[in-house]
Amino acid sequence: MTKTYRRKLDMKHGRVDLTHGSGGRAMADLIAGIFRDAFANEFLDQGNDQANLPVPAGRRMVMTTDAYVVSPLFFPGGDIGSLAVHGTVNDLAMGGATPLYLSASFIIEEGFPFADLKRIADSMGATSREAGVPVVTGDTKVVERGKADGVFISTTGIGALPDGLALSGDRAEPGDVVVLSGSIGDHGVAIMSRRENLTFETAILSDSAALHGLVAAMLAAAGPHLKLMRDPTRGGLAATLNELAHQSGVGFRIDEATIPVKPQVAAACELLGLDPLFVANEGKLVAVVAPAGAAALLTAMRAHPLGREAAIIGSAVACEHRFVQMTTAFGGGRIVDWLSGEQLPRIC
Amino acid sequence: MKYVDEYRDGALARQIAATIAAVAHPDRTYAFMEFCGGHTHAISRYGIEDLLPANLRLIHGPGCPVCVLPTGRIDDAIRLVQRPGVTLCTYGDLMRVPGSKGASLLKAKAAGADIRMIYSSLDAVAIAEAEPARDVVFFAIGFETTTPPTAVAIRQAVSKGLTNFSVFCNHVLTPVAMRAILETPVAPNEPPIAIDGFVGPAHVSTIIGMEPYREFAETYRKPVVIAGFEPLDVMQAILMLVRQINDQRAEVENQYIRAVTAAGNVTAQKLCDEIFEIRENFEWRGLGVVPASALRLRDAYAAFDAERRFSVATIHADDNPACECGAILRGQKKPAECKLFGTVCTPETPTGACMVSSEGACAAHWTYGRFREHQTKAAVQMAS
Repeated sequence: MTKTYRRKLDMKHGRVDLTHGSGGRAMADLIAGIFRDAFANEFLDQGNDQANLPVPAGRRMVMTTDAYVVSPLFFPGGDIGSLAVHGTVNDLAMGGATPLYLSASFIIEEGFPFADLKRIADSMGATSREAGVPVVTGDTKVVERGKADGVFISTTGIGALPDGLALSGDRAEPGDVVVLSGSIGDHGVAIMSRRENLTFETAILSDSAALHGLVAAMLAAAGPHLKLMRDPTRGGLAATLNELAHQSGVGFRIDEATIPVKPQVAAACELLGLDPLFVANEGKLVAVVAPAGAAALLTAMRAHPLGREAAIIGSAVACEHRFVQMTTAFGGGRIVDWLSGEQLPRIC
Repeated sequence: MKYVDEYRDGALARQIAATIAAVAHPDRTYAFMEFCGGHTHAISRYGIEDLLPANLRLIHGPGCPVCVLPTGRIDDAIRLVQRPGVTLCTYGDLMRVPGSKGASLLKAKAAGADIRMIYSSLDAVAIAEAEPARDVVFFAIGFETTTPPTAVAIRQAVSKGLTNFSVFCNHVLTPVAMRAILETPVAPNEPPIAIDGFVGPAHVSTIIGMEPYREFAETYRKPVVIAGFEPLDVMQAILMLVRQINDQRAEVENQYIRAVTAAGNVTAQKLCDEIFEIRENFEWRGLGVVPASALRLRDAYAAFDAERRFSVATIHADDNPACECGAILRGQKKPAECKLFGTVCTPETPTGACMVSSEGACAAHWTYGRFREHQTKAAVQMAS
């Protein structure tokens, strides 16, 4: 094949138009000019419609997929690209798997600046290299103006499970200990602070981070005592505990005073009428561990940079209603239910 | 959080709780209505009822403006925004409030209506200014606290010379609703309205002051303590109410001295008086039609009145007859005593006023309070 002429994309002023999604030369230019360099790895460089991948012999594989539609696309502490790597890597890691490969699909709105697309792709590439999980295959589509909001990204991840590991959301039993890896609400508040109709200044950064390093340390420390992990993303800690309660058929009793919340996050939530328990996180996890493994797990988590503030926040209890109950810092008790609708600010 | 954590101190709460338990006479009951949804929320969120003696009961009042807005007014808003060229600006809480036949603003938005969620009345003015081709209607709702911001928005629209901004006014009045509750005729087969005193909403009183509550103390002999919204404020107000009852006093007391003055905010009162006048009648979800309980725009501001601009004629829509919101808002029944509670009526699919906003009595009970019954049942089972 003769080498085709590569038109240089105008990174300063250029914008994505419908020809970039047409399958023609313009699309090839877009991929070559933005994505190939950003993600470069031996599998992507095979240049086929599919990536040909080695897998560890005799290991079970895990697979997960997630779509990212965050607004704004760039936020304090991250952007949609880094989030699309962290979120999917974390979904693999919560099952105890070693994340191996990612795919990435981009749905791009007509008129989206090349510069922003490159910034997102570069961030995504850097994040995937840092996590050691390459983007091995991808796709781009362009839709008319108004049919998407800038860019949407969907990533799928594949990971390998260590032998004999069977973490699952249905394994919590009464008496098990609930451990949280750090402060809650950072991601949601960082996003909210940049929403166009909300103007407040905060130094809060999203906690967006890949958790598989922390998970490896936890598995090494707690071994079979560790029963399950989950990252409290949308719906926050409250939604995660309710999901686990239902899946395991237990209740949880947690103690508000032990749940770390950064003062700035608490203040922003106060202002907006939000409850940090329901605000999204992107770099935290909840683990349920048998009592015998709790101390070792906590020590290992606190020794890891992403688990420095790890804390025991409660325990699983027998409860036919599968309620998540909380002792408030004020000294009373309440139910922590699923969120109904969106968490909306109070009006008076 | 400085200036906030001080009012959420658990150790101090236990001290006040101990004092309330010591002061409350064991041979009588105390039933206090916290009028405002903000108090209901604080009571539920911090678990205040756990800290009170068994013979002291809190009745969650109708002070959640979203909850008491009748079905017909939601229908009006939906019809308004379905007109070509109309943009409706609303606070987020209103989005899920059920209108007739399962309609809501959320569903109207999904079907293509131009509904924008805003955080301030002035956002609506800004939208009207930025989009002169749109007819921007602000869905104004709330008690005395949120009326001045609506007045300011109208003032701003006047000074900017906007001709595409109007207000769909649903502002309601706290003291009138309290009086309506106390005056409700009770049928012989109904439990009586047993309210010994009121926790008064502080934010309302930062505007209207203390004077409007005097009639409840003097005419109805019900003590009123105006209280802030932090849990310790509520605890202290309850203690003050217990003391008044014990001393056989019926006075208007001010717990929220850090913001409420006797006269209130006179500037805001004047501004509101200039722009709004009292409506003859207004329907409340759960309380029915209450005379002189709401505001509308004065004739001088007719150009900014969405009801006149678009000839809105509210059609009364019947609520589910099994819904016990009225009795719950009057303190005659508890949420769990309603047949619909937790069956067809949940926060996801609210039927009545009390389930609509998280500040409603039923929603608060659903979200925070159910386990209390659950615990009580468990305790009974263990004992038997």
